[in-house]
Amino acid sequence: MSLIHETDYGTPLSKSEKMVTLTIDGQSITVPEGTSIMRAAMEAGTQIPKLCATDMVDAFGSCRLCLVEVEGRAGTPASCTTPVAAGLVVHTQTERLKKLRKGVMELYISDHPLDCLTCAANGDCELQDMAGAVGLRDVRYGNQGENHVFADACGEANPAWLPKDESNPYFTYDPSKCIVCSRCVRACEEVQGTFALTISGRGFDSRVSPGMSESFLGSECVSCGACVQACPTATLTEKSVIEIGQPEHSAVTTCAYCGVGCAFKAEMRGEEVVRMVPYKDGKANRGHSCVKGRFAYGYATHKERILKPMIRETIDQPWREVSYDEAFNFAAQKLRGIQAKHGRDSIGGITSSRCTNEETYLVQKLIRAGFGNNNVDTCARVCHSPTGYGLATTFGTSAGTQDFDSVEDSDVIMVIGANPTDAHPVFGSRMKKRLRQGAKLIVVDPRKIDLVKSAHIKADYHLPLLPGTNVAILTALAHVIVTEGLVNETFVRERCDWSEFQDWAEFVALEKNSPEAIAGISGVDPEAIRGAARLYAKGGNGAIYYGLGVTEHSQGSTTVIAIANLAMATGNIGRRGVGVNPLRGQNNVQGSCDMGSFPHELPGYRHISGDAVRDQFEAMWNVKLNPEPGLRIPNMFDSAIEGTFKGLYVQGEDILQSDPNTTHVVQALSSMECVIVQDLFLNETANYAHVFLPGSTFLEKDGTFTNAERRIQRVRKVMSPLNGMADWEVTIGLAKAMGFEMKYNHPSEIMDEIAALTPTFTGVSYQKLEEMGSVQWPCNEKFPEGSPIMHVDGFVRGKGKFVVTEYVATDERTGPRFPLLLTTGRILSQYNVGAQTRRTENVVWHGEDVLEIHPHDAEQRGIRDGDWVRLTSRAGETTLHALISERVAPGVVYTTFHHPLTQANVITTDYSDWATNCPEYKVTAVQVSQSNGPSDWQKAYDEQARNSRRIAPVVEAAE
Amino acid sequence: MSHNPSERLVYMANQIGKFFQSQGQEKEVAGVAEHIKKFWDPRMLKTIYAHHDAGGAGLDPAVKEAIGKLKDAAVAKEKA
Ligand code: SF4
Ligand code: SF4
Ligand code: SF4
Ligand code: FES
Repeated sequence: MSLIHETDYGTPLSKSEKMVTLTIDGQSITVPEGTSIMRAAMEAGTQIPKLCATDMVDAFGSCRLCLVEVEGRAGTPASCTTPVAAGLVVHTQTERLKKLRKGVMELYISDHPLDCLTCAANGDCELQDMAGAVGLRDVRYGNQGENHVFADACGEANPAWLPKDESNPYFTYDPSKCIVCSRCVRACEEVQGTFALTISGRGFDSRVSPGMSESFLGSECVSCGACVQACPTATLTEKSVIEIGQPEHSAVTTCAYCGVGCAFKAEMRGEEVVRMVPYKDGKANRGHSCVKGRFAYGYATHKERILKPMIRETIDQPWREVSYDEAFNFAAQKLRGIQAKHGRDSIGGITSSRCTNEETYLVQKLIRAGFGNNNVDTCARVCHSPTGYGLATTFGTSAGTQDFDSVEDSDVIMVIGANPTDAHPVFGSRMKKRLRQGAKLIVVDPRKIDLVKSAHIKADYHLPLLPGTNVAILTALAHVIVTEGLVNETFVRERCDWSEFQDWAEFVALEKNSPEAIAGISGVDPEAIRGAARLYAKGGNGAIYYGLGVTEHSQGSTTVIAIANLAMATGNIGRRGVGVNPLRGQNNVQGSCDMGSFPHELPGYRHISGDAVRDQFEAMWNVKLNPEPGLRIPNMFDSAIEGTFKGLYVQGEDILQSDPNTTHVVQALSSMECVIVQDLFLNETANYAHVFLPGSTFLEKDGTFTNAERRIQRVRKVMSPLNGMADWEVTIGLAKAMGFEMKYNHPSEIMDEIAALTPTFTGVSYQKLEEMGSVQWPCNEKFPEGSPIMHVDGFVRGKGKFVVTEYVATDERTGPRFPLLLTTGRILSQYNVGAQTRRTENVVWHGEDVLEIHPHDAEQRGIRDGDWVRLTSRAGETTLHALISERVAPGVVYTTFHHPLTQANVITTDYSDWATNCPEYKVTAVQVSQSNGPSDWQKAYDEQARNSRRIAPVVEAAE
Repeated sequence: MSHNPSERLVYMANQIGKFFQSQGQEKEVAGVAEHIKKFWDPRMLKTIYAHHDAGGAGLDPAVKEAIGKLKDAAVAKEKA
């Protein structure tokens, strides 16, 4: 294996369809109009020396190294900023150019340290490369003159010198090595969209500076690393490279954090990760990443990782380390024993949205075929199950309609209950890029999220609705579209069921659904709703992106349906730039749903009661399947408390921390006789477990993840599993001990089985992924290359289905005891329950969960910024620190749920979506009051957790 | 919310009922029945049938009717 080198074409690809032919160094080349001479040359195989150009950002033309001569034109234009033109004759190497380039390099080097041998970038430095390329042999100016290189000059402090900035935990900034090419500044602006860096000063004194001469950590910087990747010198360098040295081989893999699914090159030295570099051919991320994927992989080797299987009879005992075989047999005996005593349906399992498709498939197979019931569910239950229900009902598939590239063609972007810059940062950056190019923006969210107003971006409409009133607002938008004649009737007549449309139109047109009528419920200005509706319907290509703020409500499914209605009514479906796009939380939520993780559905979303489908699986698996749907997670908990559900196998999820109403979950878990947890760490659920099976990280196994665009991408093993086995092998081991043999030598064989059984996957294989890099399902005979955009010629279900969406207020209401509404969310640097990110340096950005509260509500309660406060709901109470913020409206408070000590879910109730039981995380009536510190519940919980995590010391057998 | 099993199921069933109520009269009972059949596991069905037998306290009328129909169909199937 060798290091993958991606070609840097110097300037971005031109999207023009018009082609232009020119001659470069005697060679004829045809490229799209708008291409730079530099890029055209590179495509023809000639690399023109360059320093300030790189193809991730627009050319700037400052270094003057890339000069060329063009016949018939005077002077020596910079090839990075000069576009091609038909018939040009270009020379890239002449005596004049050679001399000029040497001169330029000489100047650069005269103000650059010459410690190349011990420099971290040695072997990966473009300045070094260019000195070599232009044949620089000596530097006449010496390097003792005015410079940035040395801390003192002739015994005096050098005012031009600046110390290193090591404040960011992952990279350093060493100003003495900076050549002021501004690639970092442009990367931060154009790729990331944060605008954290500027060039301050002029000429010789110009410097890169985060914010107003702040440190990186103290600035607006979000640590995405785009600037580090863009820097041609050692000025901005990963600390890991400084510590370890340059990588020697690499493999392309997929980020295991969020549903964007960024592709990375894992750059390695032996089995040690040197750095993760976003892969330019990654179609989800196009060479960009966020702080989590690029830097926060240290958890993989964290000392708290559990590497040996462990068992115990009861949860008050310490854990006992055992061999895999002993753990498998212990677990199998317990599970079979429970089934013998309490019936076949008394056990079940939970698949993981963090594990690979292949692993998820195996867990559901073990449950359906090995346990003999359908008690399988997944954590998507608690986030996007309403998406599945809503989109399947209206369009016919349980997935988003677009690829991420589609946003480049959107004219109006509506973001509902999602916070892409925090939760889906790379897609957030891509969206911001489009917004800076002039696309219009509508934000529907109770909070003033970053997108509402940030550098060079401002929402045209922000509808700050009260939590829980999504359906009312969306129906009001539809009301305006229908009553003001903004419906795309041609589209609706052609593509949708006309009579259902008419019923729907009649319903939304009712006076009770007008923006004015719902203003009282939603708290949103009716004029803003009208304006937003007109813009979405008539502003060109309209795309909707939504997140958990839509699904995690008692009317989550209805809201998804309402979104689909809007898109159909305006004809915003079936081409680039439009669509309905759920932003999925975890890396493989889409995949875990596709792989049959829901109790009523086999892989490919086919209901378990269908005889023909079951026959197919029965033939392949050689068992009889149960035709009745199994239990969903909340129903499992209820049944456990009731006493009919006794055993649970949980792969890679922390249900205790992520599910609502923690006290209820604790009660359910403690009622079970055998809880098996398979994970990297002793998570919160493991406190109630009897068997712990160590998990492996995405770096340690082969497989695939499916991102929010339905894109199936490879995960590649770059190191041996520290725990000895990949997760799929662990499942096979457990299955075998239960008497259910599954034989696979490699995950690719599992994918072949999935392809054979799932109509939307028939064309998928590791071979195909090798050839295409990635593929979006459906991928089959009809779509051999996959489907970037769905419903192009018609809806999957046939005719698009309009469904009436009546607003039903949640039963979770505020009142005198609980006057505030709590809503929950996530932040950029931490991920979900935080088990991984809390074990990385990312904690510098978010050490704890805090409660955001409006100044008005805080003042009424005598709460100051930073105070400990008690947060109480009908379900329970917890304490945390307050952050006074105008991002939340009066009457609304907000927190995240990344840290176990806070246990925000002690507060959340178990109200849930009517169709899918997806919990209502986004609305809880609460009270906030002053407090002195952790609540009794928190203390007791902490105590139990400590006690439960004990591992018995291994007693060496005496010889 | 209550954790008494049948009370919880009654609550869930009524929640489903509220959605289908807005879908027009002819769809109401059929919609509720179909949804419950599709998503509830056998033990949940058993509990709600028993609750229905005991008078079905708390169930909204259309929901009660839907559950009654499901139950009759199940009984008929068992006999067949
Ligand atoms: S790490 Fe990202 S946000 Fe920070 S300065 Fe660099 S490009 Fe900008
Ligand atoms: S820090 Fe690097 S990328 Fe930025 S201006 Fe200096 S040399 Fe160029
Ligand atoms: S966490 Fe999401 S956005 Fe960040 S690198 Fe990973 S996949 Fe990309
Ligand atoms: S690379 Fe063209 S001017 Fe720097």
